[in-house]
Order: sequence, then structure tokens, then C-alpha cells
Amino acid sequence: MYSEKVMEHFRNPRNVGEIEDADGVGVVGNPRCGDIMKMYLKIEDGIIVDVKFKTFGCGSAIASSSMATELIKGKTIEEAMKITNKAVAEALDGLPPVKMHCSVLAEQAIKSALQDYSKKHNVHIEGLEDFEPTDPHDHE
Amino acid sequence: MEKYIYMDNAATTRVKKEVLEEMLPYFSENYGNPSSVYTLGSKSKNAVEIARERVAKAINAKPSEIFFTAGGSEADNWAIKGVAFANRNKGNHIITSKIEHHAVLHTCEYLEKQGFRVTYLDVDEYGIVDLEQLKESITDETILITIMFANNEIGTIQPIKEIGEIAKSHGIYFHTDAVQAVGHINIDVDDLNIDLLSMAAHKFYGPKGVGALYVRKGVKLDSLIAGGGQERSRRAGTENVPGIVGMGKAIELAYEHLEESNKKLIELRDRLINKVFENIDHVRLNGHPTQRLPGNVNLCFEFIEGESMLLSLDMEGIAASSGSACTSGSLEPSHVLLAIGLPHEIAHGSLRLSLGDFNTEEEVDYVVEKLTEIVSRLRAMSPLYEKVKKEEK
Ligand SMILES: Cc1ncc(COP(=O)(O)O)c(C=O)c1O
Ligand code: FES
Repeated sequence: MYSEKVMEHFRNPRNVGEIEDADGVGVVGNPRCGDIMKMYLKIEDGIIVDVKFKTFGCGSAIASSSMATELIKGKTIEEAMKITNKAVAEALDGLPPVKMHCSVLAEQAIKSALQDYSKKHNVHIEGLEDFEPTDPHDHE
Repeated sequence: MEKYIYMDNAATTRVKKEVLEEMLPYFSENYGNPSSVYTLGSKSKNAVEIARERVAKAINAKPSEIFFTAGGSEADNWAIKGVAFANRNKGNHIITSKIEHHAVLHTCEYLEKQGFRVTYLDVDEYGIVDLEQLKESITDETILITIMFANNEIGTIQPIKEIGEIAKSHGIYFHTDAVQAVGHINIDVDDLNIDLLSMAAHKFYGPKGVGALYVRKGVKLDSLIAGGGQERSRRAGTENVPGIVGMGKAIELAYEHLEESNKKLIELRDRLINKVFENIDHVRLNGHPTQRLPGNVNLCFEFIEGESMLLSLDMEGIAASSGSACTSGSLEPSHVLLAIGLPHEIAHGSLRLSLGDFNTEEEVDYVVEKLTEIVSRLRAMSPLYEKVKKEEK
């Protein structure tokens, strides 16, 4: 059902954990199936120097979080802002159609953590003005 | 994979060697059509009739009350639609439960579109139907009560005898989806007042795609499949002879060895449940502690999700199933788990391990060992567990 890449990231997820003194923390929930993804960022001079995640969800959600952290680590905020769910899914060699929404969760977790950073540090981030992640407690 | 542990016997079972052996000649040398007059045809015909006798004997029915189908879903569709359309002049009300298999639920939903009224009974926390609600729901219009014998997800066995009595005292037909029960529980259709009963061979070590509907003599039932005169003109289509032969052998074997098999299964089941509770915290057992299928274990592990458990178990060579939203395709958690009152996030961590005759004590121990590792690995990744651990400190 899943690509080798997805299974590989599911088996050995990168960057699992928490960052105690994170500069930005984002929590997003999947209103479709009730999963939750939490992302922690450490940012220095506009560069994401460290990132960790925790996910309550399916294999595809765990692999998507893992891949998303890989894609933004060491990148600038602007570069991280450009990461879409499609980019996450492509980097995983594709996801089954019913599992695409799990990669949306990963994109939203990045944005939500960046938004938290932007608020806490009073930094304006282009494109986050209207960003509203789906409520993690909204199970429809 | 060196080791493969199959604990999904509620989904389907492995065909037993003795069953396969009886089936094989009906694919090759005995390939005649049972409706043909020549010898080759009557060989097939005889084989089908022997199977019918075996199936009938297993549930204390008459051979003339057994009709072969292409599985459990067809039997359920036939029983419910067949009774509904044949008895429309008497009434348009059907009573069922919220935890039926989709073969029953979707059939009832279809009938609602056709103008029938359906009551879906609630169940308690163990998944047992509310008998008071059943009695209160009965009206002059009620023509059918359809309640499953045992649930496929949580294994709960319903008070079938009481339901049968209620149905009989009101002169209402009683159908039971016994797909999970046949071959695993003693069933006497007379003692239990059952009018129609569905079964499927692949749940008791027979082949897939073959089942049967028991129809008590005198029950008014429309046909579902029109065509030739097979099954005494009530279910058309050239018989699945090898499948039917396999079903007959499988049901006979199942009831010959029922007691020893169940004794072993209950021991394995309870060993599995007890060991899980000894080794893992924040876990709950779904279904009734004792009124449950001998091989059924259904657990919820809090803070983690079912599909990630299934993938992890598969990596260890273990086959199981889950009622989590992420595994369902519709992204809705199992309707059975919701009906027993589980919140969405708890249903998320559901895992069904269904044991069968081929499982061993060593396998149970191995599964618990691996499961303990898997649960702790997935919890270490879960933001919910992190929160709870902090609160507990
Ligand atoms: C309770 C119940 N009813 C009906 C069915 C459908 O049977 P089949 O798959 O043979 O059509 C199943 C099997 O999954 C079942 O467990
Ligand atoms: S997060 Fe539920 S399906 Fe992937």
C-alpha cells in the first residue's frame, strides 16, 4: 500500500522528540480522522537550526512528519514556507489518495510552528497573516 | 519472512487440509454440472446434497431448509430483502442493531430508501443489545428482527435465545447473522427460535465465496437471484460445487472438535488479554469479558493509532486488524466502537487479534512481547502520551 520510502520513514522516523526551549511550537489536528501533529522549531538568524516532532496518527502521518522535518531542517524561514503537502508527498515517492490529507497535516504543522515563532518573536512572516490551522479538537 | 503469525481469523481463516482434499476432485475429475442428468452431473449433485445434510445437522435444521449462497453478505442481503419484500403487505418495519456488519446495515439503509422503516437498537458498553428497547420498538408493522449472533469486531455474543423468544411471541420473523458464530458456538435453530440464519464457510476453515442461508420451513421469502431452478428454484445459478463440498466438510470438522478447540482458544485468548494488561498500561478490553467469541481479543491502546500498530506488527510478521479511522478508508472510526460508547480518540487505538486453531501459546507470547515494544515506541512519538506523562508526574 505504501512506497518503500514511506515505510522507511515510518520505520526510522527522523527528528522525533521535543525541543525544551523551542522558538516556535505548532499543534495541528486532522479534522478528518482525528490525528494530531506537534512540531517544535529552533530558529537562529532566520534559519531553522533544529526541528522535532511528535505525531498521533497513521503510518502516513508519521512518515509525512518525518519527511517534513527533513525538508525544513537547515532551511531559511522563507524556504520552509514554500514546502507544500505535495512536496512532502512527492519526497516520499507518493502517498495513496486517501492518505494525502496526512501530508496536509505536516504542511500545516510547519506553518503553525512558524506562526507561533512569528508571534513570540515579533517577526513578520510573509504568507502567515491569514493562516489558520484546523482545530486539533475538531473531530467533525 | 521467517515467522508469520496470523491473528486475523475473524477476517478469514486458512482452509484446513482435510477440507481442501475433499474439494479438489470437484475442480478436476468431478466437474459435472449438478443439474445435468448424466452420471458426471449426479456425482456433483450428490456431493452438494451431502454438504447440505452436514450443514443442516450442524445447526439442527432440515437439509431442505439450507440454501447455498456466495457467502455471508449474500445470505444477509437475501434474508433481509427477501423477508421485507415478501411480507410488505403485513408491515414495513424492521428492527436491527447499531453494531451489525455492513452487509446488514447497508441492506437496511437500502430498504429505508424503498420506504421501509428501520429501528437501529442501541447496545450497552459491552455491545449487548437492549432487550427492553427491542420490546418497546415492536409495533403491528414489524415484520423482521435481525440481530447478529456474535459481533465480528468485539466478539460480543448476543442473548439470541431471549431475542428469539420475543420474536416468536409477537409472530415476527427472526434473522441472525451468524457468520462469526457458526463453527465456533453450538447453535440449535429450534431451541433458539431462529427463522433465518446466515453463515460463511471461510470463517470456519472452509473456502471463501461460499455460504448458506437457513430458512425455516414456511417462512415467506422472496428470491434475490432469479434464473434457473437451482436450490429448489429459490437461488439461481450453477452451484459452486467445490466450495459447497468444502463448506460441508469444514462445518462437520468444526463441530466434531468444537469443545477441545474452544477450550484451547479461550485459554489462548485469556492468556493474551492477561499478558497485555500485565505489560502495558492505559489499555482497555472492548466487548464483554466472558460473553465473547472464544478467539476474539479487541483492545484499545490509548494515545496511539491503529494503522501504525498494524504496520508495525506486519513488520514483525504479525497479521491483525483495527477499527481506527485511519484504516477505514472512509476515515470514520468503526461504528461498533462508537456504538459501545468509545470516544473517537480511544477508538483510534483499537486493535483486534482474532485467534484460530492454528495459533499456539508461543505465538501469543511472542505477539505480546512485540506489541509491548511497538506500543511503547509509538507512544514515545505521540504528543498525547507526552501530555499525559507530564500530568501524571
Ligand atoms: C458478522 C459478519 N457478517 C457478514 C460477513 C460477510 O461475509 P462474506 O465476506 O462471506 O460475504 C462477515 C464477514 O466479514 C461478518 O463477519
Ligand atoms: S492521519 Fe489518519 S489517515 Fe493518516
